[in-house]
This record gives sequence, structure tokens and C-alpha cells, in this order.
Amino acid sequence: MTGYVLRRIVQAAVVLLLVSVIVFVMLHELPGGTARAVLGERATNVAIEQFNKQNGFDQPLPVQYWRWLDQIVHGDLGFSFKQNESVSQLLADRLPKTMLLAGTSVLLALLVSIPLGFVQALRRNRLVDYFLTAMAFVFYSTPAFWLALVLITLFAIQLRLFPAQAPQGSIGQIVAEPGGMVLPVLTIALVSIAFFSRYVRSSTLENLLQDYVRTARAKGASTWRVAFGHVLRNALVPVVTLVGLSLPFVFAGTLISEEIFNYPGMGLLFYNAAVARDYPVLLGVTLVVGAATVVGSLLADICYGLLDPRVRLARR
Amino acid sequence: MSTAIGLTERDAAVAEAAAEGGLRLAADVFLENKLALAAAVTFAVIALFCFVGPLVYHTDQVHTNISQTTRHPGSAHLLGTDDVGYDELGRLMVGGQTSLEIALGAAAVAVVVGVLWGAIAGFFGGIVDAVMMRVVDAVLAIPALFLLLFLASITTASVGILIAVVGLIAWLVPARLVRGETLSLRTREYVQAVRVMGGGPLRIILRHIVPNTIGTVIVNATFQIADAILVVAALSFLGLGIPPPSANWGGMLSNGLNYSYAGYWWLVYPPGVAIVITVVCFNFIGDALRDAFEVRLRRR
Repeated sequence: MTGYVLRRIVQAAVVLLLVSVIVFVMLHELPGGTARAVLGERATNVAIEQFNKQNGFDQPLPVQYWRWLDQIVHGDLGFSFKQNESVSQLLADRLPKTMLLAGTSVLLALLVSIPLGFVQALRRNRLVDYFLTAMAFVFYSTPAFWLALVLITLFAIQLRLFPAQAPQGSIGQIVAEPGGMVLPVLTIALVSIAFFSRYVRSSTLENLLQDYVRTARAKGASTWRVAFGHVLRNALVPVVTLVGLSLPFVFAGTLISEEIFNYPGMGLLFYNAAVARDYPVLLGVTLVVGAATVVGSLLADICYGLLDPRVRLARR
Repeated sequence: MSTAIGLTERDAAVAEAAAEGGLRLAADVFLENKLALAAAVTFAVIALFCFVGPLVYHTDQVHTNISQTTRHPGSAHLLGTDDVGYDELGRLMVGGQTSLEIALGAAAVAVVVGVLWGAIAGFFGGIVDAVMMRVVDAVLAIPALFLLLFLASITTASVGILIAVVGLIAWLVPARLVRGETLSLRTREYVQAVRVMGGGPLRIILRHIVPNTIGTVIVNATFQIADAILVVAALSFLGLGIPPPSANWGGMLSNGLNYSYAGYWWLVYPPGVAIVITVVCFNFIGDALRDAFEVRLRRR
């Protein structure tokens, strides 16, 4: 197990380093360079040269990369000239809120999609299965922003059950107002449920074909017992990986949801930065989201190794 | 026992049909799976509507007409007009062309790049494989919408740029899948035979490995098309799609949503439903193909 974990950690570290290289390349692909992005289009060449010199942008690229990496490791993600605040500070404020939104949505999606997918697999090619499959496809295929606006029309305007705007302020204030979280969470969860339940369904179907199912049935176990005593726990193991894999998907969902409900998270920060061409923020958020995904899938893989010995023993 | 537990008779039939292999398989899948057949026919109708429709139903989709804005559907405009006076039905056709072109183009880019990348990594193995796959992991770690938004913010979107940008992010998944298959294909006897006969790596990869991953690739390509339509729609909603007078379904939908409270349903449902139906079609087709290919793999 230690070997497996170590190997995965080294891999994740390499990936993390590559993510930083990609972000660094993006930083240098900015039209007109960082100086233009910061000083504006009308800056004189002298001003730009001076800015480059001050910030070390006249150094060779590897030197610049090393210095940039050094800054990041020390928690300095750059400075947003547009918002006059350091990127780390902006992120420290926004990241927990996005975690809250994403976490709640994934939890809800799992709680709903596991029973749904399981029932679908047990009743394969029956009416229930067809109906839920059709629902899953429709929700998965609906643009998330449209879904969000349908939810607003239905629950905020017609039924007046939940507000159309997410709670604002600190994370404490957000938690104190759970009603406002319902629609943003639902927007992400509905699409995720469609995605997760298909996965649970096929994972269960795969397990139903295994030899241990036949053995259990041969011993006289009832369908009920085979399903809940044997198949369910085995079918749930890959769900751990699913949660790790779905992180980029969920982050994309938070971006849309935060934009529509004005939820003060990282997605909204990123969106506003993209509109305002606030590059330090764009790159800082990209880096953090990338790192979060890498760490998330590392944890998922380690959990998977714990749950399924075949994984950690196989690739020796 | 054709109940919940164990293989059903239908599976056995599909497996038998699938075992015949090749292009026959695709035909069998569609005949066997009525849902997939319906999806393929529906898509054909949509494609005809978008590309042949404008030849029959002539509308001006370049010049705005301020005196004819937000007209209700009627005899002059079958689906009404939008907020600047474009005929909605005609726009649906033209917008569909753009959406489908981007989706198909992006999927093609993704598949070509992904297959080559995955096959090369899997075939050579070792350090080449490790480096190439870590690159895939790294790009995959950054959510596509974030990368796209960034790329869209430094360029002005056009059909070509969107195809390149969406395709260059979508190639990661096929690369992984093909690499996985290549790992097992490269040890097959026929690959060893080519080697013994003096076939170089390029020949082996292009002539012997890539053709054998075609099943996985086709299935993935169908899903890529579906996802690309949704991603382009999301980009349009976020204001980073193709600027007017060019139209696409996502842009039309997000524009129409501004008027949903005014009750202009014809600006919301036609593009929205077009997106959902097209994406559902590709997902159904992909699912049916995957079921068939997986059954075939299981029988091997």
C-alpha cells in the first residue's frame, strides 16, 4: 500500500508541476504581454520597458518561471491591479465558499443518484429504467444556464419558495441563509445526478455479471439479499473514483451557477476577471482549481486503493 | 432467467450480432436498438433542416430590421422574429449550421489528436508514455470551461477558433482511452508479426493499432459532439461566443432568455429544444454503440 500511495503522490506532484507550467505559458501568451495587460493599451514603450524591468520580465523564461514558482510556493499568487487586492487574498475569501457550494451539490447528487442508478440496474430494461434513463439524458443534455433560469422562474418567481439570488457576505452569513443556497445547489446537482446515476447503473450492471453473484444465488440467497448484501457495496467502490474524476465537471458547474445566482465564489471571481481581462486573477484561479482537481483525484485514488486491494497490488 | 440478475436474451442476441464484427456491427446496433435508430433519424432530420432548410425558406440573417422586432409567430414569420428583427425560424437553421459545424469540427480535431497522442504514448511505453500521459493529466486537471473562458478572453471567437479551442481541450479523453487499448494491442501476435517483417513504429501505429481502436474512438467521438454543443452554448451564454450577426443555438437561447419574462417563448424554446434534442441524440447513439462494443469485448 505504501508503495502505491508513494507512486501516486509522486505522479500527482509531477502533474501539479505541469499545471504550473501550463499556467505560466498562458501568462506569457497574453496579448501584448503582462505589461500591456496591466498598464493598458495606451502605455508608452518606455513605461512598458520599465515595468518589465521592475517585475523581472526581461529575464530569460526559465529564470522567470523559477522566480514565479518560488513566489507561488510562498503563497504569492500575484496582484490584481484591477481590484487592488492580492490574488491570494481574493482566493482565500472565495475558495471556501466555492467548496461549500461544490461539496453540498456533490453530496446531494450522490445521495440521489446512488439509489436511482442501483434501482435502474436491478430493473434493467423495465419501465422504471427507461423512464429514469430518459430523465437523466434530458437533464444531462440541457444547458445548465437554461436549467438555472427555469428553476428561477418556477421556484423564485411563480412559487416564491426560494430567492433568485444566492446569499452574500461571509461564509457564516451564507450558512445562516440556507434557503438561498437551494437553487444554486440544485442547478449543479441536477446535471450531476444525471451523470452520476448512469455511472452507478453501469457499475451495478457490471457487478451483476460477476461470478460471486452466481455463487450467492446458487447458495440460495434471495434476489434481495444478493442485491443489498453483495452487489451494492461492490458497485459503490468505483463511485469513489467518480467523485474524484467529476471535480473539473463540478467546478465548471459552479462557474455557471455562481454567475447566474451571483454567488460570491471562485467561479464568479473567475468570470468577472475574464470579462474585465484581469489576468492575474484568471491565472491564480486556474492554478488553484487545477491543484484542487489534482489533489482531489489523488485522494480518490488512495481511497480506491484502500477499498479495492486489486488496484494497489496489480501494477507492480 | 431473464430477470434483473444475469444476462438477458437481448444481450445474447446483441452479442451474437456483434461477434460478426466490422461495419456490420454498426448496422446491427441501429437495427437492434430502436432508440438509437430513432436518434440517428432525428439527427438526420435536424441536419437537413439546418443545411437544406435555408434553400427552401429564404430569410435575411445579416441585416437587422428594427420595424419587425419580437413579432409573434404568424404567417409572415412562422416562428416570429427576435429582438432585432431576424426571422427566428431562419435563424434557427443558420444558427444550427454554426453549432453543428463547431461540434463536428471540434470532435474531429479531438479524435485525431487524441488517437495519435494515445497510440504513440501507449506504443512506445516507458518514459515517453509517462511524460505524455502526465501532460494529459495536467491539462485535464484544469476544468475545460475555465481554460475555454481564458482562451476566449484573449481571442475573438470565430467558427475556426472555437473548433480549435474546443477540440484542443477535448482530445484528452480519447487520448487516455486509446492509450489504454494500445497497451494491450501492442503485445498482440499480429503486431509482433509486423515487427518481425520489418514494419516501423509509424506503420504499426497507423495501420495496425489505430484501426483496432476504432470502436472506442467512434463511441467517444459521439459523446464529444454532444459535449461540444453544450460547451459552445455555455460560452455563448457567458458572452464569449461568436459575435453577431453570426448565430448559434447557444447564443440564441441565452439571448432569448433575456425576454422570457416578457413571454416571448418563441425566442427560448426553439433553440433550447434544438440543443437538448441534438445532444440527447448523440448521447443515445454513443450509448448504443458502447453497449454493443462492450458486449463484443466481453465475448472475446
